[in-house]
Amino acid sequence: MVAEISHPLSKYLREAMMPHIWCSGCGNGIILNCFVQAVDELQIDLKKLVVVSGIGCIGRAAGYINTDSFHTTHGRPIAFATGVKLANPDLEVVVISGDGDLFAIGGNHFIHAARRNIGIKVICANNFNYGMTGGQQGPTTLLEAFTTTTPYGNIEHPFNLVHLAAASGATYVARWTTLHVRRLTQSIKKMLQKEGFNFIEVVSPCPEIFGRRNRMRTGLQMMEWFKKASIIEHFSDPAKADITPERIVVGEFVDIEKPCYEKLLYDKMAQILT
Amino acid sequence: MKTENNRTVLTGTHFMNGDIACAEGALAAGCKFFAGYPITPATEIAEHLSKRMPEVGGIYIQMEDEIGSIAAVIGASYTGLKAMTATSGPGFSLMQENIGLAVMTEAPCVIVDIMRGGPSTGQPTLPGQQDIMQAKWGSHGDYEIIALAPSSVQEMFDLTIEAFNLSETYRVPTMVLADEVVGHMWEKVVIPPAEKIRIVNRKKPNTSPEKYLPYMPDDDLVPPMACFGEGFSFHATGLTHDEHGYPKTSSSGVQQKLVKRLCEKIRKNADKIVKVREFMVDDAEVIVVAYGIVARAALSAVKEARKTGIKAGLLRPITIWPFPEKLIAKIAEQAKKIVVPEMNCGQLVREVERNVQGTSVVFLSKLGEDPHTPMEILEAIRRNC
Ligand SMILES: Cc1ncc(C[n+]2csc(CCOP(=O)(O)OP(=O)(O)O)c2C)c(N)n1
Ligand code: SF4
Ligand SMILES: [Mg+2]
Repeated sequence: MVAEISHPLSKYLREAMMPHIWCSGCGNGIILNCFVQAVDELQIDLKKLVVVSGIGCIGRAAGYINTDSFHTTHGRPIAFATGVKLANPDLEVVVISGDGDLFAIGGNHFIHAARRNIGIKVICANNFNYGMTGGQQGPTTLLEAFTTTTPYGNIEHPFNLVHLAAASGATYVARWTTLHVRRLTQSIKKMLQKEGFNFIEVVSPCPEIFGRRNRMRTGLQMMEWFKKASIIEHFSDPAKADITPERIVVGEFVDIEKPCYEKLLYDKMAQILT
Repeated sequence: MKTENNRTVLTGTHFMNGDIACAEGALAAGCKFFAGYPITPATEIAEHLSKRMPEVGGIYIQMEDEIGSIAAVIGASYTGLKAMTATSGPGFSLMQENIGLAVMTEAPCVIVDIMRGGPSTGQPTLPGQQDIMQAKWGSHGDYEIIALAPSSVQEMFDLTIEAFNLSETYRVPTMVLADEVVGHMWEKVVIPPAEKIRIVNRKKPNTSPEKYLPYMPDDDLVPPMACFGEGFSFHATGLTHDEHGYPKTSSSGVQQKLVKRLCEKIRKNADKIVKVREFMVDDAEVIVVAYGIVARAALSAVKEARKTGIKAGLLRPITIWPFPEKLIAKIAEQAKKIVVPEMNCGQLVREVERNVQGTSVVFLSKLGEDPHTPMEILEAIRRNC
């Protein structure tokens, strides 16, 4: 008899949803793995964890994690999560979504949630394009990069997400690539233990759609780019952390304390009621 | 600062405007979450709730736009709170995609639209009834919602409670479609004692989390609803999904089963949902079909017509969606003419026409100014008797 072997983290995943939809070489699985690893190491009560995603390849993450989860419309996971967090501040509310979802169509919700400093933890899989719809240009596509809608090279300046998050008021801001598995996991753990609006950008390979148009056909080639270009610089100026083909500054950028929205709100309510 | 007003239900007789009555109705219904964005003529609902919500331990948040407002409302609803947003045309347009999300994920919630003149920014301070079809068809895909049309300040209170009850019963976004006049006019409102107010709460599952299928309906076609944080660890998605809530996007069977159920849970229960008011229709030969503030003018017109011996009557749909099809078909059998005054270029009149056979329907449009006067409707009755 062969004993049934199951993955030590399988209780965190909805096996009924497998196989997942992601391409081989995609970074989304690494991000998902780091997240459940962090949840496991912190022994977070799964009954108190809510994972929310928008629409996109990475947007399927919510469905794969075995907690209360919601797959919203494109761009709206943070706004949805705002309702969840305020309705029950005891819940740990995590948004896992894409660069297009969070910063193009959903950009307004991101900056305002950061401004309010509401206790939502946001993980963005930045793969420099719209994977789900077949590889169009997006708000983080690098200058001169090729996508299905920038066949002559991109002329739009990309967002520097960590700068945007810091300027908008996030109390924890970090950037890693999918190469930095241990550091990313540590960062997620840190963020899950902090109050307020916290943000991690994960630079992630999309070899299938983005890579192959930009001379990186495989996940490995994309990871080699990350390896070559990334430099760890903790608490460097996020304004100077623009991603270029030559340089990906990674590390923690912001780690500050500031009263969070739900606490201010509930304190105010308590004052009014006494 | 505990005051008399820190009560959830302000039992007593009041003089208030429609927007405030709507806000108080929400509180009386048990609403504990409001997210919105300022817009004339609905702003007073938000302003009033920003003061009242904290007094009753509820949440008020001003979001960055109406898309965020409805998204937050759905999030709060899934976390167990009765939740509402309020807006007018431009904001209602922005909400449409997520109204579809609320339909698809069966999130109970109430959306108040205080209708002004459109399209676009239109006439912010003037009344309209131009969002009637948008309420039904504004989001993509096939679906059913419930919409109620109050025609007095008292009804702003009563029907907001009813909207919550219906949305909780059927797990469907329910709309209060009021025009600017009803939203802004001041009238007497009687708020009954809390225990006299009928309150409906969503069905909860009575199975274990292991056995719970979040989208498995009961006989009434409505699935019991677990909420986040209750230990059920379930998934919800706007994608076509099976009873587990898992995406099944390429199965025609799953799509048919789901979308048909979402429609049928309203259609098959329409007799229970639909409410109308009838005035002197029994022997009427000319029947006016009107809703909202226009129905008030129509009532005066019908009474005047009766004084001069014209057999006129009024049918006022309180439920706009689902449309009272059977009742309209019934009055059409007896009436020679049906007169439909609306503050638009012809919206609900299409539903009336669709449901009457042979009886001629006269449409009376009013646009860009005060609602129809009783005289204008009376003249239409006279012309058609
Ligand atoms: C309102 C709306 N517009 C457009 C789309 C189509 N759409 C689906 S996913 C997506 C982009 C996803 O990009 P991103 O968020 O970066 O996620 P990725 O697929 O790259 O992981 C778009 C435009 C949609 N679903 N909804
Ligand atoms: S298209 Fe890109 S982001 Fe999407 S699953 Fe494939 S590799 Fe991953
Ligand atoms: Mg992307």
